[in-house]
Amino acid sequence: MPDTLLQVEHLKKIYESSTGSVEAIGDISFSMRSGELVCIVGPSGCGKTTLLKCIAGLLNPTAGSVELDGRKVTAPPASMALVFQEYGRSLYPWLTVHGNVELPLKHKRLARAERERLIVDALEAVGLDHAAKSYPWQLSGGMQQRVAIARAVAYQPEVLIMDEPFAAVDAQTRADLEDLVRGLHRDRGMSILFVTHDIDESVYLGERVIVLSKSPTWVQEDLAIDLAPERDQITTRALPRFTELRTHVYEQIQRAKRGEAIRAAA
Amino acid sequence: MTLYTGTVVTVRPKSRVWRSIGENALYALGLPFLLLVVWGVWSTISPQKFFPGPIEIIQAFVDTWIGPQFFVDVVPSLARLGLGIVLSIAIGITAGTVIGSIRWLRELLEPTLEFFRAIPPPVLIPVVVLLLGITDATKVIVIVSGAIWPILLNTIEGVRATDAVMTETARSFGITRWQRLRYLVLPAASPQIMAGVRQGLSVALILMVISEMFSSSSGLGYRITYFQRNYLIAEMWSGILLLGLIGVLLATIFGIVERRVLSWYHGIKEVERA
Ligand SMILES: Nc1ncnc2c1ncn2[C@@H]1O[C@H](COP(=O)(O)OP(=O)(O)O)[C@@H](O)[C@H]1O
Ligand SMILES: [Mg+2]
Repeated sequence: MPDTLLQVEHLKKIYESSTGSVEAIGDISFSMRSGELVCIVGPSGCGKTTLLKCIAGLLNPTAGSVELDGRKVTAPPASMALVFQEYGRSLYPWLTVHGNVELPLKHKRLARAERERLIVDALEAVGLDHAAKSYPWQLSGGMQQRVAIARAVAYQPEVLIMDEPFAAVDAQTRADLEDLVRGLHRDRGMSILFVTHDIDESVYLGERVIVLSKSPTWVQEDLAIDLAPERDQITTRALPRFTELRTHVYEQIQRAKRGEAIRAAA
Repeated sequence: MTLYTGTVVTVRPKSRVWRSIGENALYALGLPFLLLVVWGVWSTISPQKFFPGPIEIIQAFVDTWIGPQFFVDVVPSLARLGLGIVLSIAIGITAGTVIGSIRWLRELLEPTLEFFRAIPPPVLIPVVVLLLGITDATKVIVIVSGAIWPILLNTIEGVRATDAVMTETARSFGITRWQRLRYLVLPAASPQIMAGVRQGLSVALILMVISEMFSSSSGLGYRITYFQRNYLIAEMWSGILLLGLIGVLLATIFGIVERRVLSWYHGIKEVERA
């Protein structure tokens, strides 16, 4: 596997607290190639956010390892950018849209003109070049999430990690944002790890869908999505193959929720 | 088929801001002016020894404070007040940031700090005078010993409550500890810090006067006490008037700084109310 970007091996996470310990992740292993768009889907509370935080170096796993480009992740790697579920709390309200996108670039030692170019380019990519001087709280939820995406894009990461980014926006905005993510993947060749609890979204977006079991979590299925790379909200979702795939994932999730799935021997 | 049709909420245009400032000034000055008229009429109808009329006090004000006396009494007072405020803010915010970001230190110190905050600062004056004698330093220390607490404790609380998601965001983008302080922790705590500074300012003004009443040969507090002991009633009132004006001046300066520093915070409040 020469072009393996991300390798998660036997990851386990137990939260220790005064009220007892919670085993959030049982044993998760998967890998992701450079340039892939992988969706992770699983029921609420199954440990998706925990998994991402371990991958991003924000949490130390209890056991197992995460490797990015062959190097073990122990602290947040410079070649990774995150888009959080709680976009409202992830943008800084005292900075303008421009300031928020600029902040992670400050310590990158870029020339001023180059930095400015990256910011303008990222804001254009998400269609927010007109709102650079606004503050995040002056924007709608969908626009705020686009600012968070622009911030991640301007950072020029090797891999973009998104945690249920569209869970709190309306359906139309959500469709727009999904196409935006597809566009970033297609036009910029960006590797994206996308977490969602929405089955349709995972099938529509992903080249691969990883289905997680319920907590304590393991990988229940790793499914290749054999839809054409050019996707469209109306025609793709109307394809019989799309329906087949989503039904399949849906059944897997239902089994996961009932805890029926028997873990395949490793 | 993307539709980027989000709306941007705009802030109020400049001209309306100015008009609203004008209206506010009218409201602010209306009642004092009315009171002044009532007081003037009343004191002419029934003159009282200890409550002279406004004309008399304003006359005393001009005679007493405008001229060399301004440099003898007012300037030293203001200098000590200014130094006390600057030191309180600098030490309060620095120490508060350190204590607020280190958990064990915070848990160790907080009960003790609450105790010191509860001591009324004027009772420290005899102690400080014993240690340092009657010097400018004594008075500045008294001011700091009272004004620092709201700033310190509010900073600790504000720094401690930094949002976890915001911190994780900064960490995930590799923003260093120092940068985090500058771009995340302090701005996030600024509403609470400013509330502490506001309280600190009024405490500082009170302590400036009290420290000069106890032990001094110059300063506003000393001069007002002197007028009172010598039955210079109109002069005494004019000193109180001057103190009030200094208080208003402090509040105005604070208001201007606060509007600049916390414009984002007031903006959020405005959007939430809308
Ligand atoms: N900081 C924490 N301390 C203790 N338990 C936690 C913590 N964070 C999450 N958990 C628990 O771990 C499990 C997985 O949470 P999470 O990763 O947020 O799931 P998801 O993102 O899939 O909804 C949940 O049962 C949750 O209650
Ligand atoms: Mg989550």
